[in-house]
Amino acid sequence: MQKFGIKANFEIKSIIQLYAQWIREGKLKPSSKWNEDRKIKFTVQDPCQLVRKSFGDPVAEDLRYVVRAVVGDENFVDMHPNRSNNFCCGGGGGYLQSGFAEERRKYGELKANQILATGAQYAITPCHNCHAQVHDLAEQRHHPWQTVHLWTLLCLSLGILGPNERVYLGDDLREVDVFHPESEM
Amino acid sequence: MAEQAIKLGGKKQSTFIDKVKELLPEGGNLNLCLTCGACSSGCPATGLEGMDPRKFLRMAALGMDEEIAKTKWVWMCSMCTRCMYVCPMKINIPQLVYNARKLTPREERPKGILGSCDMALRSDTCSAMGATEEDFQFVVEDVLEEYQEAQPEFAEMAAPVNKQGAYYFLNQNSREPVTEPDEMVPLWKILHLAGADWTYGTKGWAAENYCMFLSDDDAWKHIVETKVKAVEDLGCKVWLNTE
Repeated sequence: MQKFGIKANFEIKSIIQLYAQWIREGKLKPSSKWNEDRKIKFTVQDPCQLVRKSFGDPVAEDLRYVVRAVVGDENFVDMHPNRSNNFCCGGGGGYLQSGFAEERRKYGELKANQILATGAQYAITPCHNCHAQVHDLAEQRHHPWQTVHLWTLLCLSLGILGPNERVYLGDDLREVDVFHPESEM
Repeated sequence: MAEQAIKLGGKKQSTFIDKVKELLPEGGNLNLCLTCGACSSGCPATGLEGMDPRKFLRMAALGMDEEIAKTKWVWMCSMCTRCMYVCPMKINIPQLVYNARKLTPREERPKGILGSCDMALRSDTCSAMGATEEDFQFVVEDVLEEYQEAQPEFAEMAAPVNKQGAYYFLNQNSREPVTEPDEMVPLWKILHLAGADWTYGTKGWAAENYCMFLSDDDAWKHIVETKVKAVEDLGCKVWLNTE
C-alpha cells in the first residue's frame, strides 16, 4: 500500500500479535501440561515477511511468548541466528512456484542445518510459504522433524483439537488429548 | 578465479542501476557499497548460479546490464532482505533484484509465478488457485456446519462471510479452502474462544500475492487495491493476516 501510495482507513495486523494479546488478557488459556512429561522439543521459524519485513523483533517476541505458553518454556529451543536476523527458509519470493526446485532445496540447506542443530522434533512455521518449504525440506532430504502450524498447537494446548485437524502432527502427538475422537473421518 | 577476465566497456553505459536508484528513496544507497561481503556471507542464495548479493550489486555498479538481465539468480533470491538488514550501509539489494526480474519479458518469467498471478487477476477473490467467490463461501459454510454438529461445544461458533462492520477482516491463504479445509477450523475456534468480531469477505479474501513476486507493478497494485476495497466496503477496522 505504501509502495502505491494507497491510503486506507484500517490497520494491518498479524494474528500472531493477537494470539499473544489474547493469552496475556486471559481470553485464551493454553496449557502446556500435555508436554510436561513428554518433553517434545519445538523450534520456531521467524517468517521474514512477518518479522524482518513487517513488524520487527516485537512480533518475534510475541511469537515466542505464544510458543512457550503452548509447548512449555523448557521445551522451546531457538534457532541461531533468529528474530530479525533469521535466515529465510527459501519459501518466499515466489520460489515455490518458480520451477527452480533443486536450487530452492539447496538454498534451504542453511535452514535445515539450523533446525537440525536445535534437535527439535517439531518446527513451527507461522507462514504458509515457510510451512510448505520447511515441510518439503524434511520430506525430500529425509530430515526427522515435523512441520506444524501454530494454530494446531494452540488448539492442542486449549484441549480443543479434533481428530481431523492433526494432519501435520507426528505419531507422537496424533492421539494426545483428542477433542471428540468419535468424529474422526 | 574466473576463467577469463571480464572486459568492461570504456565508457559506462549502464542505465539499469541508475534507473533503480531513481525509483528508491535515497537511491537505495546503491552506490555506497563497501564490498565488505556481510550480505553474501549470510545469504542462503550465495553460490547458486555462481552468484551472490555482493557480486550482483558489483556487476550492476560496473554496468554489466546484459549479464544482470540474463541471470536466473534473480528468481533464486527470495528477496528476504537479510542482506540489507546486515549491511552497514543499508543497501537495498532486494529492490535491485525486484527490478532485475522486470528485465525478463513478462511472458518469459517463471510459468508458475506467472500463472498464479494471472489466475489471481481473473476474479475479485484474488485467489492464485482460482477459487471463486461462490466456491469460497460454500466451503466455509459447509465446513462450519459440519464442525458445529460434530463438536457441540462449538455449535455457536461462527465463520461469517461479508459481515458488515466486523472489527477484523480475516484473509485466508487459498491452500486451506481449496486443498485442506479442515485446517481452517483451529483458527475459527481460537477466534471464537477469544470472542473476536471478525469476517471473511467473498472479495479479496485470498492472502497470497504472486503478482508481487512476478515483479508486475500494475498487477500487484490491482491486487492490493481490490483487497483494500474489500476491507473498506465491509467497514472493517483491521486487516488481519493469518500469518
